[in-house]
Amino acid sequence: MRMDETMCKADWRIIVSRVAGVLVLLVGVLLAARMCMASPHDNPVPSIFEPHSTPAESIRHLSHFVLGITGLIFLVVFCLLSYVVVKFRNHVGDSKREPGQVYGSTQIELAWTIIPILIVVVLFLVTARVIHAIQDAPRPAEAVEVTAIGHQFWWEFRYPTLGIVTANELHVPVSDSAHPTPTFLKLLSADTDHSFWIPQLAGKTDLIPNRVNETWIDPHETGLFLGQCAQYCGTQHAKMLLRVYVDNPEQFAAWVSAQGQPANQDEKEAAGRHVFETTACLNCHAVGGTNGTGRFGPDLTHLMSRHTLASGAAENTPENLRLWIENPDAIKPGSLMPAMKLSDGDLDALVRFLETLR
Amino acid sequence: MSSDVMAIQSAVAAGRPWTEVLHEWVTTVNHKRLGVLYILYALFFLVIGGIEAIIMRIQLMHPHNDFVSPQVFNRMFTMPGTTMIFFVAMPILFGFANYLVPLMIGARDMAFPRLNAFSFWLTAFGGLLLYFSFLGGSGLYGAGNAPDVGWWAYAPLASRAFSPGHSSDYWTISLLVSGFGSIGTAINIIATIISMRCPGMKLSRMPLLAWLNLVMSGMVLLAITPLSAAQLMLLVDRYLGGHFFDTQAGGSATLWMHFFWIFGHPEVYVLIIPCFAFVSEIIPVFSRKPIFGYPVMVGATVCIAFVSMSVWAHHMFTIGMNSYANSFFTITTMAVGVPTGIKIFNWLGTMWGGKIQFKTPMLFCIGFLFQFLIAGLTGIMLASSPFDWQLSGSYFVVAHFHYVIVGGILFALFGAFYYWYPKITGRMLNERLGKLHFWMFLIGFHLTFDLMHIPGLLGMPRRIYTYEPGRGWDTLNFLVTIGAFIQGIATLVFVANLVISYFKGAKAGNDPWDAWTLEWSVSSPPPAYNFASIPTVASRRPLWDLKHPEDPDSRYE
Amino acid sequence: MACLIIAEAAIFTIFVVAYIYYVGKSLSGPTPGKVLETPIFYTICLLSSSLTIHFAGKLLERGRQGAFLLFWLLTIALGALFLYGTGQEWHRLIYEHGLTISTNLFGTTYYSLVGLHAFHVSAGLIMLSIVVLFGIAGRVGPEQSARIDVLSMYWHFVDAVWVVVFTVVYVLGR
Repeated sequence: MRMDETMCKADWRIIVSRVAGVLVLLVGVLLAARMCMASPHDNPVPSIFEPHSTPAESIRHLSHFVLGITGLIFLVVFCLLSYVVVKFRNHVGDSKREPGQVYGSTQIELAWTIIPILIVVVLFLVTARVIHAIQDAPRPAEAVEVTAIGHQFWWEFRYPTLGIVTANELHVPVSDSAHPTPTFLKLLSADTDHSFWIPQLAGKTDLIPNRVNETWIDPHETGLFLGQCAQYCGTQHAKMLLRVYVDNPEQFAAWVSAQGQPANQDEKEAAGRHVFETTACLNCHAVGGTNGTGRFGPDLTHLMSRHTLASGAAENTPENLRLWIENPDAIKPGSLMPAMKLSDGDLDALVRFLETLR
Repeated sequence: MSSDVMAIQSAVAAGRPWTEVLHEWVTTVNHKRLGVLYILYALFFLVIGGIEAIIMRIQLMHPHNDFVSPQVFNRMFTMPGTTMIFFVAMPILFGFANYLVPLMIGARDMAFPRLNAFSFWLTAFGGLLLYFSFLGGSGLYGAGNAPDVGWWAYAPLASRAFSPGHSSDYWTISLLVSGFGSIGTAINIIATIISMRCPGMKLSRMPLLAWLNLVMSGMVLLAITPLSAAQLMLLVDRYLGGHFFDTQAGGSATLWMHFFWIFGHPEVYVLIIPCFAFVSEIIPVFSRKPIFGYPVMVGATVCIAFVSMSVWAHHMFTIGMNSYANSFFTITTMAVGVPTGIKIFNWLGTMWGGKIQFKTPMLFCIGFLFQFLIAGLTGIMLASSPFDWQLSGSYFVVAHFHYVIVGGILFALFGAFYYWYPKITGRMLNERLGKLHFWMFLIGFHLTFDLMHIPGLLGMPRRIYTYEPGRGWDTLNFLVTIGAFIQGIATLVFVANLVISYFKGAKAGNDPWDAWTLEWSVSSPPPAYNFASIPTVASRRPLWDLKHPEDPDSRYE
Repeated sequence: MACLIIAEAAIFTIFVVAYIYYVGKSLSGPTPGKVLETPIFYTICLLSSSLTIHFAGKLLERGRQGAFLLFWLLTIALGALFLYGTGQEWHRLIYEHGLTISTNLFGTTYYSLVGLHAFHVSAGLIMLSIVVLFGIAGRVGPEQSARIDVLSMYWHFVDAVWVVVFTVVYVLGR
């Protein structure tokens, strides 16, 4: 029976590689942490470790606990593994005798069964508390109510008590702990599964057709928070982005009243409005003050109050708007908006009309 | 004796036309030949799936990249997922089981050789059908082609309304067909183990590989069938106008999710348990000690099998189940981590006090231990449902499951290749190339999948063909792609090793590793009838007893 | 065969679960209470066929090939009668009540579940008929008892599934 020479250096290389792996992970984490230190108003990096809302904060606390425990387990087992690999390696020139044949040990096996069970019980109890705290949270009377409806590939937001219908960009008031004004969202879907995820404000909840889900956020800081759809819903799942603007009370009141106004009727752009009303636009889109009451696409009554088009796929500029109507596939290939095939003159008039919809 | 047999065989083989050889392979019912066919089939699809994955990574190297269109990208993430699970992992594990189980239990073949062959060809046909979709899937509006609904094909996205054309049908039917193949093989494995063990091999003396394949086959019977049922329902919806998952008629999208994951979760345990088997055979041999705690290893595996049937909805924590349901699935998911952790400790216990030889199979097993530990711990993180509400559907999950599948399953498979290749082909794999393969793959793996956790923590969801710049994901995605390339090159080194060593490798002899289970008592490669006379065994390590008559295992069991 | 039965049991369980989940949830169309008639006679046929196949197996073991063949044919007849009854019921549901697989949730789940069962009955009948052919050719003797037993197990399973389906669809589901 052959027993070839064995590598003594291989074991050190194994240790080195393990440590290198851990270092790579740490470097990555530090990189990420550095990127997270953006200015609080911008929040360009939607990190789950930078929460600004109660559900997200509870989750972060829980995650620290879980990470702590798993980190500890990792260290213990990693040290054991490294020790074993170093101490019990076969040395060249060792006698050819086999080591002591040990078949098992009841005490040790019992110990390493009981301890993990205890760890699991503790982890579970802590987790269950957080589950109930988030999912069974009571709804205070001053909560803002929003109904979010997921479409392929945009978000419809309705505020039933305030009588507002908008799309893609959500405005909510900041909530302070003395007088909490959280926002409770009812989540519905018009077609396939979607998922509402703003990492810094809450964990994600899915929007499933024929089912009503609920979630809530109570942001503690004003600013813009980014997110996007997190359940594959079709070709343009990647560009179904979310923007949540947390406003202070004055800003929020101003936004609400602006959204509640009827559409801007600018007589100069009657030509453009004519184009809107006589082509297929109004099959899908609604604009207050026109004949357009379509619900398949976003409500455009206050289109210019939004910073982006096509659910965050492009900035809301006249050039992008024109391009979007002319050839949506250039911005969001596979989206359900058809190219409208308008003449240049019609297109320009239409864009000018839409630009008046503040 | 064995060398004479080999000489005769090669002399006969020398002058035969290739058509005859091909015919022999296509019509074989011998478990070893079928095992090799399964393995080669799986390796082929591994390379294809790997190419699809690299296409995805190139697209994601930079934000707003346009290497492929979103439609192509969505096919790219559906196909490798489906391919890797059903046409790489399952076949290759069935292939090893087919080859090794009869040899290890002292039998001449499987219980139902023709069913064995039939199951293989069913699986093979399923794979070819799935890939035919690239050519033939067009239907309404030319909207077909390869399926692009994700490997879970969530309803209603997979229904006729949202997936016109035949692409989803290719997905459904190819998996239905290969599912039946898997059920056939599982029945075969169970029947073989129950009724064809050699004299003296009580169930408590079987090698762990046999035990774990028994458990795995039992799980296949109960896990694949829900998927088959759900796929039949999907076909009824798509072709007969049924409403199982038609939300407009009151059907339920979540019902599909439940059915799919009742299959999906035990399926991943079906994949990992044979890999536990490989590791449980390799680590003792290279530590020169018996496996620590054999009865507990068996018990823990059975425990895992049972508990894993009850954890499925941890894939569905975000769909809005009530808090009691979420809590239930949290505790069961965390509970399944306990027997799994016990196994890791048992492997460590096996290595403790041994004389570890760092040959390539052992290197891969050590890599497996390290990576499976981490994967299990990220799994515990995901088990905690509020944490999962942030992490689910993000790249953290993608990193977690690739850690298990590539870092766990694939590493164990590589180890198994290096360990049993000498037995299957009669030649040793080149040790230097093996070590090169190991180190390159290790570096690439960690570069890719360690870093991949981070974009998930920073809010990057999965299944997106591009992403916005400036969210902190850019550099990380770039580095992840580099790691993917390194792994690709390492895999090519491996394939080259397989081919070169077949022709030029050192002759292996019966027992190159000084191992203790029955397959090492026959020649390499074994004769068609396996054993000249069926052996009788008195302990778990029959060859140890033969080599150490002064201190046989039978004294201690 | 035991393994195959386990696997098939899992498939049927999923269909039964789907049926139970959707009971009462149809948005329109015929409902179970209104259109289902309990098929007592045909159920008795199917369940007695379990008895006949059991006797057939016992007779074969004792070497009475003629009697075995008789009971075996009786089993096939009873099974075929059951299928005829199912066909008759479906004809009535489709043409008199307009219930098809695509009408509503009840239609989908009912036809799938009962249809899956009927499919298994048909497959069983085909296998039983093949045995008849062998039997007439004189090739089935006591040495084949073990194989006949395996087939009987399958047939018993099909009957057991019908008991469950019957209870769920005709008793509980209405």
